[in-house]
Amino acid sequence: MVREFLESIGYLSIHFIESVGRTIIFLVYGIINIFLPPFQFNKILEHIWFIGAKSMLVIILTGLFTGMVLGLQGYYTLTKFGSEGALGSVVALSLIRELGPVLAAFMITARAGSAIAAEIGVMRISEQVDALETMDINPIKYLFSPRIVAALISFPLLTALFDVIGIFGGYLSGALMTNANKGIYAQKVVHSVLMEDVTAGFVKSFVFAMIVTTICCFQGYYTHLNTKGEHGARGVSLSTTNAVVTSCVLILVFDYIITYILM
Amino acid sequence: MKKGTTELYVGIFIILGILCSGYLIITLGELNLFKNDRYSVYAYFTSVSSLNNGADVEMAGVGIGKVTSIFLDTEQLLAKVELSVMKNIELSEDVIASVKTTGIIGDKYIELSPGGSEIILKPGDIIFNTESSVDLESLIRKYIFNLNEEK
Amino acid sequence: MADPFIQFVDVKKSFDANHVMQGINLYIYKGEITAVIGKSGCGKSVLLKHIIGLMNQDSGEILISGKDLSSLNKKEKKAFKNKLSYMFQSNALFDSLNIFDNIALPLVEKSSLSKEKIKEKVKLRMAQLEIKGTEENFPSELSGGMQKRVALARALVTDPDIVLFDEPTTGLDPVRKKSVHLMIKEYQKKFGFTAVVVSHEIPEVFDIAQRIAMLESGKIVFEGDKDAILNSDNVIVKSFIMGKEII
Repeated sequence: MVREFLESIGYLSIHFIESVGRTIIFLVYGIINIFLPPFQFNKILEHIWFIGAKSMLVIILTGLFTGMVLGLQGYYTLTKFGSEGALGSVVALSLIRELGPVLAAFMITARAGSAIAAEIGVMRISEQVDALETMDINPIKYLFSPRIVAALISFPLLTALFDVIGIFGGYLSGALMTNANKGIYAQKVVHSVLMEDVTAGFVKSFVFAMIVTTICCFQGYYTHLNTKGEHGARGVSLSTTNAVVTSCVLILVFDYIITYILM
Repeated sequence: MKKGTTELYVGIFIILGILCSGYLIITLGELNLFKNDRYSVYAYFTSVSSLNNGADVEMAGVGIGKVTSIFLDTEQLLAKVELSVMKNIELSEDVIASVKTTGIIGDKYIELSPGGSEIILKPGDIIFNTESSVDLESLIRKYIFNLNEEK
Repeated sequence: MADPFIQFVDVKKSFDANHVMQGINLYIYKGEITAVIGKSGCGKSVLLKHIIGLMNQDSGEILISGKDLSSLNKKEKKAFKNKLSYMFQSNALFDSLNIFDNIALPLVEKSSLSKEKIKEKVKLRMAQLEIKGTEENFPSELSGGMQKRVALARALVTDPDIVLFDEPTTGLDPVRKKSVHLMIKEYQKKFGFTAVVVSHEIPEVFDIAQRIAMLESGKIVFEGDKDAILNSDNVIVKSFIMGKEII
């Protein structure tokens, strides 16, 4: 009984450390391959289209409504203290420092990350990854490296889009639709946001880009090795779920770590 | 997926993204990319409680600069505040810097009251006449204390 | 006879408790079609995957022109891999690329040819394999037989010295089966590559192969030409060819 318990704990920890190690090796290998010729401009462009351009609409929608909710809630709460003038700072700072990077990363994970994991997973189980290898095309270079570059470009841009749309949304609901002072909102936004807030937001989006692409590509790439013994379509569905859940959890964990370090 | 449309959408996406990033960095983050149109002067205060980086520096109610750093001078044990002021504003040597509050519990800012001296402050100089922030709590305490004494 | 091009020396491989290869000795000669036959799941595909390096043996050696495959340095391995093509049982076409890009991929990624040259080469192969006009289609829009031919075109577009076929005819009707076999034979003659065909199409495969090897419970139980296998008095071989158990 005790022995079994200890064994299962041991099994879980070994498995955990193994997969962390494999993920890091996978990431390092992918990064090295970015810099090895031949460079893959066309593929990077295509992945920017997939990860970035196609996510614009969902980012604009979520950004707008997040900002509007912040404006409404903020106005409601701040009027209780008679300081609705601070609304601009509240909306802008919470968007730029926290909500922008995190929510944008969530939405990209949901839209593009899951698709990446499923796509690579299907390629793995239908032997397309093996086929790449038989053609002497490095599958990690072909599948993973261009996606890292594309994500590193797309994430910060989408986050910036989210922030700006969100601030505008906050203005709509918190200033335009209420009887608050309209000018003070914009003035507060400009005055309260500092360069370090903006940099913190961008640092986060870069880190999230690495996390999401690495986890999603990794889960898809090693679909055939997943632990629960699922194969075929089930295996792909398991990897996709794993990819999205793990990415989201890691985004929040690293969000805390980065915030703590940059404070 | 046609080749041309991919490039078009990526182009739109990149331009939108860069515009937004630019707005965040240049307008909100106040990055001076091209020229430095400000200069720094320093002021010592006995207390700058709840004054923050980025707070406004005003003269006659008009914003003329920002607080760029606040730290403790370890020799004099006073708060040393770096004020970055627009280049076209000339400050005379006997200008008075005071920590003020907008409203009763509003944000702190620095008000500069012009002096009459002919000598103009150069970048890096120190403002000697300062008034520290008013501690509302101790003011009220003093007031109540005095009331009691008078009775 | 000349020295074998590829030689398996006592190669062993097992997955956990499943001993797929228990000491395989096999010779593959240059310019010949070698057929590997055997029951489903007896490790024929595994054998092919060892040649191309998708799997590594537990023990034993695989010699390429007398040199041990695992002792080759990176450059030699690359050179060897570039001469190889592999046709998967499931075709393994890239389903997100159209037919043209599928066939062109090995050239686009690995060669320094110009776009025009690549286009020319792909068109030529497509014409030879009679799949012209499908350039813009996606693999899932083609019939099984067409997909096979696309896979073959992709395997042949790099002008390989060795082509490994992993059950090229599974899932095809008898007519298509025959045409795929003919196709292999024809192109082998035309391009002169060395081929290894894993199959359980008996007796059709005997007609295209110069040498036949039979795999049974992890060992090679027979090696020889068509006449030899048809006249073999090995019980296992006989029962397999006749398609029934002999007691």
